[in-house]
Amino acid sequence: MKILVAIKRVIDFKTSVRVKADETDVETANVKMSMNPFDEIAVEEAIRFKEQEKANEIVVVSIGPEQCQEVLRTALAMGADRGILVKTAHTLQPLIVAKILRAIVQQENPRLILMGKQAIDSDNNQTGQMLAGLLNWPQGTFASKVACDNTSVTVTREIDGGLETLALTLPAVITTDLRLNEPRYISLPNIVQAKRKPIQMVSIEEFNVDLSPRLKILKVKPPEKRRSGIKVATVTELVDKLKHEAQVLS
Amino acid sequence: MKTLLIAEHNNQELKSVTLHALTAAKTFNSSIDIIVIGWQCDAVIQQATQLSGIQQVLAAQTEEYTHQLPENCAPLIADIVKEHNYSVVMATASTFSKNLLPRVAALLDVTLISDVTAILSPDTFVRPIYAGNALATVQDLDTIKILTIRNTAFPAALLVHQSPAAPIVNIDKNFSNDLSHFIKQELTQSTRPELTSAKIIISGGRGLKSAENFKLLESLADKLHAAVGASRAAVDAGFAPNDYQVGQTGKVVAPDLYIAIGISGAIQHLAGMKDSKVIVAINNDPEAPIFQIADYGLVGDLFKILPELETVLSK
Ligand SMILES: Cc1cc2nc3c(=O)[nH]c(=O)nc-3n(C[C@H](O)[C@H](O)[C@H](O)COP(=O)(O)OP(=O)(O)OC[C@H]3O[C@@H](n4cnc5c(N)ncnc54)[C@H](O)[C@@H]3O)c2cc1C
Ligand SMILES: Nc1ncnc2c1ncn2[C@@H]1O[C@H](COP(=O)(O)O)[C@@H](O)[C@H]1O
Repeated sequence: MKILVAIKRVIDFKTSVRVKADETDVETANVKMSMNPFDEIAVEEAIRFKEQEKANEIVVVSIGPEQCQEVLRTALAMGADRGILVKTAHTLQPLIVAKILRAIVQQENPRLILMGKQAIDSDNNQTGQMLAGLLNWPQGTFASKVACDNTSVTVTREIDGGLETLALTLPAVITTDLRLNEPRYISLPNIVQAKRKPIQMVSIEEFNVDLSPRLKILKVKPPEKRRSGIKVATVTELVDKLKHEAQVLS
Repeated sequence: MKTLLIAEHNNQELKSVTLHALTAAKTFNSSIDIIVIGWQCDAVIQQATQLSGIQQVLAAQTEEYTHQLPENCAPLIADIVKEHNYSVVMATASTFSKNLLPRVAALLDVTLISDVTAILSPDTFVRPIYAGNALATVQDLDTIKILTIRNTAFPAALLVHQSPAAPIVNIDKNFSNDLSHFIKQELTQSTRPELTSAKIIISGGRGLKSAENFKLLESLADKLHAAVGASRAAVDAGFAPNDYQVGQTGKVVAPDLYIAIGISGAIQHLAGMKDSKVIVAINNDPEAPIFQIADYGLVGDLFKILPELETVLSK
């Protein structure tokens, strides 16, 4: 089975994000970038399938600027076999990303696609579901457990009330939630070895996809700051304040 | 202009999240229809006819819709939107609609705007990005607008009994699903209020140290009629079930009172609760970032503070 994993390069989750003074976007110059954490979980899951001999090839795809090579290399060092970089200077909306991924799926014919449930920059939580819709494949979103055989995959999903388990006919799209696995650390020899693995570069124009944005970003603002509060010394004081000052307890 | 609201339900009752989306739908000044997709869900359909401001209730019932899976519900909705010329489709941003609506949008070849917190005009919306570190104002250029809204930004519409009740239109379109198959649901049983509608939430983090200790929060919550939440670290460690997680990638809440106990205040956690009216933080590290957004901070050992709190509240 071939697995395709889509990975996005985003501002590292530990970095504090600042809005640009002209309110057009957030500051990305000289900011640490990494693989979207959910996508790291997706790569890890693919590798575990390969280690269990349920998969024989893992292809990782990233769509974005030249520097996306770094996240592809990270995935290759984790254990993926080869990478595809679809180069574009533009920020793309989920529907367009899904259409590019569909074109790649048509070339590569994977049986399983693993993606993150959400990119932590735009927080859209859309692309996997859109890709599944475009392909008319089943979707297992927000997965916390996945088990696969030759014809189907069983997915346990994190939903608002608890957990839901579905069986999906292959081929299928799965999006990962935080509890699916804990991604491995990458060893130095693996980093060295990953340098020899192939990354294919393609320009986004090679795909027959309309890239014109359907969404215009008019402004990006910082959120309102909460005014800072006070420290209380005792439990009695706390309860008193909650009752009489804030009036949230009766 | 016509709006289609997606009812969220479990075939027995309408979920309160739908009422938040109804409030948001009303800002469009268009006629609003609601669609109930399911099986043996007449009670839900009846409830829907009673909602104030609803023009028509579209009822799509077949056994194939029992578990409301997106593989057949998405093409059904897309088909209805085209046939009945809806220009807005909306729901509250829950795991249900986040699973379903992007698939609908892809089938209709239009953009979807997730987690809308303000509707500025019929095509201009505000949504948080980067875990709420920035707010983007976006203009949707597509003719059909598909939105999921944040329940914290739009209050629930009141459940008044509209009379006359809205008419029911039966939809006889059976989309079958041979792609996915429901096996089971394991829902967290609780007698406490739901996280997303509770007035008071008590949340615990890694500082609680064990699932056993986490129960301390539950008895306090019962005293205050509060819901219980958790940080990711507490869920990952198995102290609390996954549906307790509050944050960027969990639930977004804004109760009157949010009490964070043994939670450091990582940005991903704050993203889910920083719009609460009053925030209390209890933590033994005076430098914990949670104190920067807390209205009332109490520095100390939670294992001493929690029993004291119970005693004081019992007085
Ligand atoms: C992609 C991604 C998504 C994420 N999404 C979420 C999310 O949705 N929600 C979320 O919560 N997190 C999320 N996180 C995780 C987040 O970054 C933090 O790791 C997490 O919130 C930390 O949880 P915590 O505060 O319980 O644990 P810690 O950061 O370990 O804090 C524990 C706190 O307990 C205090 N403490 C310890 N002992 C005591 C005691 N005896 N008395 C009083 N205080 C004590 C400590 O001082 C400390 O401040 C996400 C992370 C990533 C990478
Ligand atoms: N530019 C991109 N390149 C590769 N994968 C992407 C890209 N954008 C989104 N994805 C994938 O889609 C998932 C969900 O993203 P989103 O819908 O934007 O929240 C991510 O976790 C990735 O797996």
